[in-house]
Amino acid sequence: MRGFLSADRIRMLVPAASLTVLLIAVFWLQPRAMSYTGLNLLFNLAVPIALATIAQMLIMMVNDLDLSIGTFVSFVACVTATFLQTDPVIGVLILAGCIGVYAGMGVIIHLRNLPSIVVTLGMSFVWGGLAVLILPSPGGTAPDWVRWLMTSRPPLVPMAIVASVLIAVVGHLIVMRSSFGVVLRGVGGNERSVARAGWSIVRARAAAYALAGLFAVLAGICLVGLTTSADANIATRYTLLAIAGVILGGGEFTGGRVSPIGAVIGALTLTLAGSFLSFLRISPDWQIGAQGAILILVLALRLLLNRREQAEQAK
Amino acid sequence: MKKAIVLGALALALTSTTAYADTSDKRIALSNNYAGNSWRQAMLTSWETVTGPAVEQGIVAAADAFTTAENQATEQAAQIQNMILQGYDAIVVNAASPTALNGAIKEACDAGITVVSFDGIVTEPCAWRIAVDFQGMGRKEVEFLAEKLPEGGRLLEIRGLAGVSVDDEIHAGIEAAMAENSQFEIVGSVNGDWAQDVAQRAVAGILPSLPEDIVGVVTQGGDGYGAAQAFLAAGRPLPIIIMGNREDELTFWKQQKDESGYETYSVSIAPGVSTLAFWVAQQILDGVEVPKDLVVPLVEVTQDNLEEMLEQTAAGSVTNVEYSLEDAQAVIADAS
Repeated sequence: MRGFLSADRIRMLVPAASLTVLLIAVFWLQPRAMSYTGLNLLFNLAVPIALATIAQMLIMMVNDLDLSIGTFVSFVACVTATFLQTDPVIGVLILAGCIGVYAGMGVIIHLRNLPSIVVTLGMSFVWGGLAVLILPSPGGTAPDWVRWLMTSRPPLVPMAIVASVLIAVVGHLIVMRSSFGVVLRGVGGNERSVARAGWSIVRARAAAYALAGLFAVLAGICLVGLTTSADANIATRYTLLAIAGVILGGGEFTGGRVSPIGAVIGALTLTLAGSFLSFLRISPDWQIGAQGAILILVLALRLLLNRREQAEQAK
Repeated sequence: MKKAIVLGALALALTSTTAYADTSDKRIALSNNYAGNSWRQAMLTSWETVTGPAVEQGIVAAADAFTTAENQATEQAAQIQNMILQGYDAIVVNAASPTALNGAIKEACDAGITVVSFDGIVTEPCAWRIAVDFQGMGRKEVEFLAEKLPEGGRLLEIRGLAGVSVDDEIHAGIEAAMAENSQFEIVGSVNGDWAQDVAQRAVAGILPSLPEDIVGVVTQGGDGYGAAQAFLAAGRPLPIIIMGNREDELTFWKQQKDESGYETYSVSIAPGVSTLAFWVAQQILDGVEVPKDLVVPLVEVTQDNLEEMLEQTAAGSVTNVEYSLEDAQAVIADAS
């Protein structure tokens, strides 16, 4: 029994449990949400957030932090609504170039031993500036295929849920089940031993950043598919949401301890928390505070579990 | 012309009073993206004051206001999707972005919900738009000066925040009107960023390089008081400075008017425009044929109604007007 309910297990169960509790509360407050369309409306905007959260998770996995995710996703959204729609080839080239820049960022941060927070904060202004250059005033059009994808209505299960599960599974396979993922987590856990085992840390870090860039690009494309057009500040709040999502989902800032499934659940929980407060009819003045309170509640639970875990290990 | 509008509105009001009951079971929601300045606070208060009695009288079943916490388009899109789930019949929205909400707004329209955007309008064609005629604001300023100073003269222009569309629009209106009034010449232009302190610094900076005979200052609102302070500090005679309905501007005007009979003109839009959007939404729900593009009436303060308008202006805020059903009908009649 003790083996089954080990702290580690509970630690992974907390995010799922908080999402379930919130979901039940939302269904109770607003029975209309308990339908195909309802679930889609509740969760479709969580899909790009989930992708951005996975991107942030990949960076956190190698002990870094990306403060430019929000502006980067905004930039990708602007490219998607302009170049990717009018000149798909140029659009794809730009986005591929962006992933290259992310890999380069990883290399520079590693070689020069720079704090990732500083580099990515700087890059956030670069992305923001480029976004304004591409789209000086809000506008653009989503490419038809993106719009089709994001408004598709698969049978039985709504798009938002299918996409979330897909993101979680793909993330899980890459990070938890592939040898590549083991090396990346190893970089976060104990860089030196990974290097001693003969792996190139520079390459690993570059790969982690490139992969994060890829997920962030997907986030931007999905976002435009939902909104139909873009503006230069469309996703700036994703930076903090993504960090909160990773932590809510059971990830840690250091040590390569992350969970892709947890990260997706974290992103869904954050989105749902907003809807929950809105259905509760909490006055806007209190909403920021209430959102914070939910975060603190879940994190407090995490802290308690961490303590228990340490106690277990000490035994 | 004006008489015709009033008569038209009256006729509309008479014919539609019987139709009130049709919206008694309808629920309207306000989706607001930001509440962090006095204009938005006044906007929300006006919404409460007007919709409260409307709900009590049974004109509509509910009129709930929602504000997003972070002033972000993606957050507001989620908020609108929640409103669809909550089953509102109409959503009145002041949008964080003219385009980024289009997906959510389309979802609402597809669900059969009436969407009316105002102030921060959206481009999604299925929504109604109650837009501010900023160009008209600029034009009115020059027209007032032309009336007051038929012999013309030199003007100073205070612009807003560079790169923002509102600044371009007001400036375009001023330019268009200047082309028709060649007796005026703009001899200097500064950016006041719609803030009194910035405007004061900017005007103080440019004044020494300007000729003594400036007769008027065209502004964009929120900058008139600062400009006046700069002129006074430089020991220059006070030109006609157009004001923007801010409380400090009107108070200053009143002071000068009492002391020396100072005359000017002030124009802006009222935060109570949210109530106009409310009534427009109610009218659409009521089955009234409403054009998709409507224009927010400008609130003008003149020498005659200064005292009265000052009373409607809360300290540190902007002159407010709350609109009635009849006002909304007049605006609709004006556009169709």
